[in-house]
Amino acid sequence: MISGFVFRALEGRIVVAVGILLGIGILVPALNLLTPPDSALHIPTYAMSLFGKYLCYALLALALDLVWGYCGILSLGHGAFFALGGYAMGMYLMRQIGSRGVYGNPILPDFMVFLNWKELPWFWHGFDWFVFAMVMVLVVPGLLAFVFGWFAFRSRVNGVYLSIITQAMTYALLLAFFRNDMGFGGNNGLTDFKDILGFSVQADGTRAVLFFMSALMLSLCLILASAIVRSKFGKVLVGVRDAESRVRFLGFRVENIKLFTFVVSAMMAGIAGALFVPQVGIINPGEFAPANSIEVVVWTAVGGRGTLIGPIIGAILVNGGKSFFTGAFPEIWLFALGALFICVTLFLPRGIVGTIQHGFRSRKAYKAAAEAEKGRDAQPSVAQAAE
Amino acid sequence: MNTISETRKKSLLYLDNVCVAFDGFKAINSLSFVIEPGELRAVIGPNGAGKTTMMDIITGKTRPDTGTVLFEDTIDLTKKDEADIAQLGIGRKFQKPTVFESHTVWDNLELALNRSRGVFATLFYTLSPEDKSRIEEILETIRMTHRKDEYAANLSHGQKQWLEIGMLLAQEPKLLLVDEPVAGMTDAETAETAVLLKEIAKTRSVVVVEHDMGFIRELGVKVTCLAEGSVLAEGSIDFVSNDPKVIENYLGR
Repeated sequence: MISGFVFRALEGRIVVAVGILLGIGILVPALNLLTPPDSALHIPTYAMSLFGKYLCYALLALALDLVWGYCGILSLGHGAFFALGGYAMGMYLMRQIGSRGVYGNPILPDFMVFLNWKELPWFWHGFDWFVFAMVMVLVVPGLLAFVFGWFAFRSRVNGVYLSIITQAMTYALLLAFFRNDMGFGGNNGLTDFKDILGFSVQADGTRAVLFFMSALMLSLCLILASAIVRSKFGKVLVGVRDAESRVRFLGFRVENIKLFTFVVSAMMAGIAGALFVPQVGIINPGEFAPANSIEVVVWTAVGGRGTLIGPIIGAILVNGGKSFFTGAFPEIWLFALGALFICVTLFLPRGIVGTIQHGFRSRKAYKAAAEAEKGRDAQPSVAQAAE
Repeated sequence: MNTISETRKKSLLYLDNVCVAFDGFKAINSLSFVIEPGELRAVIGPNGAGKTTMMDIITGKTRPDTGTVLFEDTIDLTKKDEADIAQLGIGRKFQKPTVFESHTVWDNLELALNRSRGVFATLFYTLSPEDKSRIEEILETIRMTHRKDEYAANLSHGQKQWLEIGMLLAQEPKLLLVDEPVAGMTDAETAETAVLLKEIAKTRSVVVVEHDMGFIRELGVKVTCLAEGSVLAEGSIDFVSNDPKVIENYLGR
């Protein structure tokens, strides 16, 4: 039963994509660690971390694709789940600083000492323990998605209304996390990390492992998403996207289907955030900005929604472009992003991967039609036989 | 009183004195309607007579303001939602053919099969030999075996209608509500659909809403004419079509 579930996931394209991702996950760190800095093949640490960041974004885009591309829920608040996962990781990293902070307090992070707090707030307890923090990376975004989805899907909030309230959700969290008395470092967020599991976060070796973990988690989530999409559940999911009332009248509980998918997707986004934070070295409320969540939609649309692999390619391409443009022509980046989105919507509505896939499919259909045409002369077709 | 409770007990579907108003407009006005097990019934009526609203009430999409809606004499349908009602065994075909266009014909039927519909049951579902032969059987019934791997989007209008009927069969309902099954069909397709529906009605109750009088004549069953949210006339097609009220309201002089 379970083996069938996983086996179905490993369809040709997915195996290739996972192979490439894991290959990159091993090759890039190897080139970083094993080649001398002056070698032509050497990948500098900053570039590795930058690419690691793209992999986290790719995972976020994959998570969005699961709900948007397959279930038709256009979430404009996925950045919130990403940021919450990031904060859970950030809290762990803050607790690892210990007495090495500016104020040297062994328990309280610097910002709490600065705010004159005497005691660690209750919700910070346990985050000094890695396993607990990692569980929270999944539980916190998952729980928010569950509560949000429970109300939204049960009251049948759909389409643009749902998109707007997801946007409101991330905006509300943005405002909340900006407040100092929330206990998450306010405006500055969490930063100045020292170690993760006893290894310095700045060290090349740690960076390499984080990079590999990003590639690995992206691969695992891709396999999971593929398994979900290719199961009967996945077919129901597409049914919900295309004809929700039909699914309902067939006796399925649409709200449970949406809720499950939304929670799984939020957890994936949380994992992406947790891997993102140690690689960039900071998490602050800016990650909740509504614009961030909208950017994720752009990556997914560019790559091709409803294709699983498309969003990964889209996230990497758009962010690669962003890094290039913001370096070379900082003032036109936003125009370039806007133009890209318009062009994709107008000329490639299926996205890059979607367009290629569609091309292949039509060619196959065309060939099949040509075959059928040829065969018609030789033997009577079904229509003729029926007459 | 005794006869009323008798009909109720025997009925598969029992609507009594049902009223629904939308913003003051009475879409359904003290409607009473009874379907017996194994019955094939045609419902006719002018636009806005409340035919589709009646189906909405039976399938849980719309809640009636007042009145009784019972399934198999004991189950109060007004307390249930669409998924519950579908699982109880009431299937519904929409006016506009509604199939899953980005799935193949086979997958459409597989989704409709009356199996456990929970999240985890569907995640770990694998096609069993019984399910396979059941789908093949339905494909045979709706005459679409040769198109089983075709995407539903590529089907003709009439084929989509049949596929949807096939999906309802897969659902194994006790009661099938069919809204305008032959709208937009050619005469040949209409005749075939009549045969198909009569075939289906051998093993379950079917309610057909239709405008096509020729089609209803072909079905040759009891007809209910609705107008302004209540029953105008009920009986054989000849009886109903000769009723002066029906001629006035619907058929025209």
